[in-house]
Amino acid sequence: MFRLLRPLSGAVAAAAALSASNVFSQETIKIGEYASLTGKEAAFGQSSHKGTLLAVEEVNAAGGVLGRKLELITEDNQSKQGESATIVKKLISRDKVVGILGEVASMRSLEAAPICQAYRVPMVSPSSTNPKVTEIGSYIFRVCFTDRFQGHVLAKFAKDTLKIRRVAVLTSVSSAYSVGLARHFDERFAADGGVVAVEQKYTEGDKDFNAQLTAIKAAGVEGVFVPGYYTEAALICKQARELGIAVPLFGGDGWEAPELVEIGGAAVEGTYYTTHYSPQVDVPAVRSFVAKFQARFGGETPDAMAALGFDSVEVMADAFRRAGSVEGPAVRDALAATRDFEGVTGTTTMDRERNASKAAFVIMVKDGRFAFVQSIAP
Amino acid sequence: MTEFLQQLLNGLSLGAIYALIALGYTMVYGVLRFINFAHSDVFMVGAFIGYFAGRHLPQGSVTSGLMALACAMAGCAVLGIAIERLVYRPLRAGPTLNVLITAIGMSLFLEYTGQLVFGATPRAFPPIFPTRVIALHGLIVSTNQVIVIVVAFVLMVALEFTVHRTKIGTAMRAVALNPKAAQLVGINIDVVISFTFGLGSALAAAGGVLYALNYPSIDPLMGVVPGLKAFVAAVLGGVGNIPGAALGALILGMVETFVDGSRWSTYKDAIAFATLIGILLFRPAGLLGRFTAEKV
Repeated sequence: MFRLLRPLSGAVAAAAALSASNVFSQETIKIGEYASLTGKEAAFGQSSHKGTLLAVEEVNAAGGVLGRKLELITEDNQSKQGESATIVKKLISRDKVVGILGEVASMRSLEAAPICQAYRVPMVSPSSTNPKVTEIGSYIFRVCFTDRFQGHVLAKFAKDTLKIRRVAVLTSVSSAYSVGLARHFDERFAADGGVVAVEQKYTEGDKDFNAQLTAIKAAGVEGVFVPGYYTEAALICKQARELGIAVPLFGGDGWEAPELVEIGGAAVEGTYYTTHYSPQVDVPAVRSFVAKFQARFGGETPDAMAALGFDSVEVMADAFRRAGSVEGPAVRDALAATRDFEGVTGTTTMDRERNASKAAFVIMVKDGRFAFVQSIAP
Repeated sequence: MTEFLQQLLNGLSLGAIYALIALGYTMVYGVLRFINFAHSDVFMVGAFIGYFAGRHLPQGSVTSGLMALACAMAGCAVLGIAIERLVYRPLRAGPTLNVLITAIGMSLFLEYTGQLVFGATPRAFPPIFPTRVIALHGLIVSTNQVIVIVVAFVLMVALEFTVHRTKIGTAMRAVALNPKAAQLVGINIDVVISFTFGLGSALAAAGGVLYALNYPSIDPLMGVVPGLKAFVAAVLGGVGNIPGAALGALILGMVETFVDGSRWSTYKDAIAFATLIGILLFRPAGLLGRFTAEKV
């Protein structure tokens, strides 16, 4: 009798455990996030991650999606090449996530995108602006503008607002973002009758730019365009000012981090960059986002990366709702059909290339703070 | 002409920093015949010690700058000696390859411990020396560049003096020439090797602080690229040869700067390394290296 019962009770326990795990997986929708939480672009990764986290908490507080809670699984790629691919494979195959969020840097999004495409897991990049990212495949989306647009906006701003005719460009050859942004800037600036007098290159991680800047100084330009990330941009501004280059310096959304001012100090005063959002813009969505972010993260004012991280979750959650399921193909179709979605960084409508077209904001560094100058619509 | 002079100055200050690191590689090679790959990470630790010291000292005075420099050099000398004592010495009797692999391990250990302790996020290095920019007929000279060149020059002269004019320096040269014979005439090799590591590490620390002063963003992996370049410089000048390391570093700094300032800036490292290959083809032992003569 006992002999008969024992295996039976074992089976009951196993069945109970199985159903418990079923209930668990029914309860949460797993979303994977790969982010540069440490390393060179950590300021971006951290900001974006905070925005992402806030959005997930908000969605869950409001009852979740499809009656289920979102579960965010975040992995750090240390801002290193090669890590993102490994992490995303792990998120998809081991953690069984149904959506991927990331990255801020285009070069790392380009690493992860082919994997998401191959596994048919929709990926939404919050702030990778290089056009190639979404060209990887039909499952890759972004909630920010592309560098084609950003490059054109910067060219227009340089010519119309700064009144620059001769410009120098200092590009990072090892960053897809920097190379792409420089190319789109160049084509528009030249088309509008400007002259790119000199084009100099550096590599990610370089610290000495004196040689390139000396050549730029000798070329006698009216402005220097630095499409790169804040770590190098701050050092470039510093060394440029030390060499006596007094003309305006400007860059793209890769500049926006507190480190720009921390490392650059007085040298970054009066420089300009374009970005996706400004906390100073007075609309209800931005106001409430800033207030919630500050309450959650100790008074910190959210930057563009945080706002885009926030919007990436909102857009994905919206797609889950409209798809009515979390199956890859259904979510993909819902994402592609995103129309007039009101987010913190403006209205998101996915175009045929799965990019969001949005206005760009021009920011100026003034007294160590980021001051809103103007917004330029697509 | 002004541009040429400016690039010359830029190259000189970059080369001076490479030289300070290259000297450590070359000294250790001269004495022990192995490349201490952890050297570039001692350079990083030096910059971090300078960073923490600099934050507790009044900023922008020569005295506090020199104090931060001294702290970093002393701290790294101790670190270098400790690494040798704890890690390399137990392996010294075995094949050189074992020590070489261990050195790579030590390098990774320092880098990732650094990431754990200091965090991987770059930090802004405080301006510990007074900074001023002087314009001379269009030539822009920053005081930081001058400090780098002067400090590097003074340290190299002091090193040359130590190696050729002091008792311990003579012992170093004797060990480099023939360790067994040196032991037979009563030289304590352990002391000499510890001293070599301490001296080399102190120079790397000085290099680290000066590098951070000029490029004020430091992180635990900052030593990798300059370390590699300095190693190349040491080989270029003839590894094991002290003036050779300085000369190699200067050439490398100049080549890099002039390529960077030209239209071919994309190929900076390729051209720098092609130069190395070219020189080694014609002088396989490096510019000043000789296969048989005294090393160190």
